[in-house]
Amino acid sequence: MNFKLIQNIAISLLLARWRQTLVAAIGVTFSITMFITLLSFMSGLNDLLDGLILNRTPHVRLYKEIKASDYQPVDIQSKKTKQYNFIRSIKPKSERLEIQNSAAIIKNLKTDSRVLGVAPKVTAQVFYNVGVIEITGVINGIDPEAENKLFFFNDYVTEGNFMDLKNIPNSIILGKGAAEKMLAQIGDVVQITSSKGERLSLKVVGFFQSGLQDIDNIQSYASISTTQKLLGESNNYITDLQVKLNDILMAPDVAKEYQRVYEIQAIDIQTANSQFETGSSVRSLISYAVGVTLLIVAGFGIYNILNMMIYEKMDSIAILKAIGFSGKDVNRIFILIALSIGVFGGFLGLLGGFGLSAIIDQIPFNTSSLPTVQTYPINYNPSYYLIGSIFAIITTYLAGYFPSRKASKIDPVIIIRGK
Amino acid sequence: MSQIILEAQGISKSFHDPVTIPVLKNISFTLNQGEFVSIIGKSGCGKSTLLYILSTMDTDYEGNLIINQVSMQGKDEGELAIVRNEKIGFVFQFHYLLNEFSVLENVMLPGQKLGKYSPNEIKEKAYQKLKILGIENEALKSPNQLSGGQKQRVAIARALINDPLIIMGDEPTGNLDKKNSEIVFDIFKELAEVYGQSLLIVTHDNEFASRTQRIIEMQDGSIIRM
Repeated sequence: MNFKLIQNIAISLLLARWRQTLVAAIGVTFSITMFITLLSFMSGLNDLLDGLILNRTPHVRLYKEIKASDYQPVDIQSKKTKQYNFIRSIKPKSERLEIQNSAAIIKNLKTDSRVLGVAPKVTAQVFYNVGVIEITGVINGIDPEAENKLFFFNDYVTEGNFMDLKNIPNSIILGKGAAEKMLAQIGDVVQITSSKGERLSLKVVGFFQSGLQDIDNIQSYASISTTQKLLGESNNYITDLQVKLNDILMAPDVAKEYQRVYEIQAIDIQTANSQFETGSSVRSLISYAVGVTLLIVAGFGIYNILNMMIYEKMDSIAILKAIGFSGKDVNRIFILIALSIGVFGGFLGLLGGFGLSAIIDQIPFNTSSLPTVQTYPINYNPSYYLIGSIFAIITTYLAGYFPSRKASKIDPVIIIRGK
Repeated sequence: MSQIILEAQGISKSFHDPVTIPVLKNISFTLNQGEFVSIIGKSGCGKSTLLYILSTMDTDYEGNLIINQVSMQGKDEGELAIVRNEKIGFVFQFHYLLNEFSVLENVMLPGQKLGKYSPNEIKEKAYQKLKILGIENEALKSPNQLSGGQKQRVAIARALINDPLIIMGDEPTGNLDKKNSEIVFDIFKELAEVYGQSLLIVTHDNEFASRTQRIIEMQDGSIIRM
């Protein structure tokens, strides 16, 4: 009844000045479009950059560290006395880098409900032989399937098939930089010398490119058994356990727990890569700030237009009041006008934002450091659309609130007598 | 027929800016059902000010205003709006129609606001009122397609839509030529005589006033003839 009437009046006022209305709505549309596009694009880039490190870094890495014991025999001796021991030049005792009882630990980890997966790794310091020259390098012995499942190994293998590591004995995937130095092609056989002097011929089955030059120059991948053979170790020799969790935020706690339970070094991703977290949160903060600024600017646009409309409609407001509309009714009419501009403009803005994001998603983006990325990254997160629409309605409401209040306070007598 | 529908009890008003000037001094009078009354007086004697107080649009005054046995004192803005909507029809010097709406919609607006009748009934009533005023053929036009006299008649139809207790006019013929003034006056007269409508019209047209049933003459904020 009454609401319908107010709605009618609002629509009539809107349509009577449809150009003005359109300009206001376009202001909202533009800002929501830019807000969504900006956030989608920024967070797409963010995810890409984070992914560069985070995808390939285990949430928790278990390893054995060679270091001197914190606890020396003399401490046991002097436990009950009040003396303090200064011991200099402590050396670590001869120890292997091998994780003791690794098979049992893996089995145990796999039953942990917080764990998404475990990938064992053997790291070996080697020399790549190029003629008479030896280039230092590192071979990571991996389980290709687990590595791909947890750390998207395939994304970084630019040529060749990563499963060949498993299927072809004595095979290797060379880092792109290392391969260039060795002038190696797929199918070639390269000579590798281990740090202990063992020599092994390995067949190149692929190239690997991480996007980080330092890594590509040094690292190569082989299967665990090949690496164990290279090191002359038994088949239960594992130096690293890479654990991926269901929830990355649990990593610090889980790392501490594993360190205690398995009596082994454990480092979580947050500690290992703290700079990334800071970087990405600051980047998203910036994009939110820009987006919100756009919306506020649009809000001021609506405010101006409504204000102007009210000055133009003074007579109409006065007459509405004279024939029995209360200040509240007038207030509602103008709030409704503001909100319809907001809803209409906001809705178009959501579509526009989606469209613009989709277009950016098609723009080619080729960079040697990111072999898997062909176009600019976009994050189509629905929450941006939700934030955008809520913000559109809130800003337009606020933009309409003050002019509406002014309209509701107009004294009809002054206007009618002023004629 | 002689029921009192509007009573002013000692209404006074002053403008305070920049110095206090009394505009209305202790005005008291009553208005009966079905009366056709005009208020005359020289420009600046306060007749329009009085009318706006009587119409509840101006609330800044001393004294008491009683409409239909109900005091307007202490009512808030929303309640006064309802009183205006239900009990008072207003015709201004300028027609004040809303150009965003058609003639018919303009007439229907107060009825829709009242919300007592269904939209169809309101439409029916609006046509009926337009017919009384002889402009039912213009119903679907936009107000700015109408002549000045026709617009004023639409404004009267709008004032009539809720069958108000009283119609107030502030120089309703002030902007019209002789012929249209005549038409409007005849309409008022017909409303008063045929339909028993109470009317209170402010005018400075003495000829107009002389043909009404009762004249209230004002001078310097006081009533000098009733």
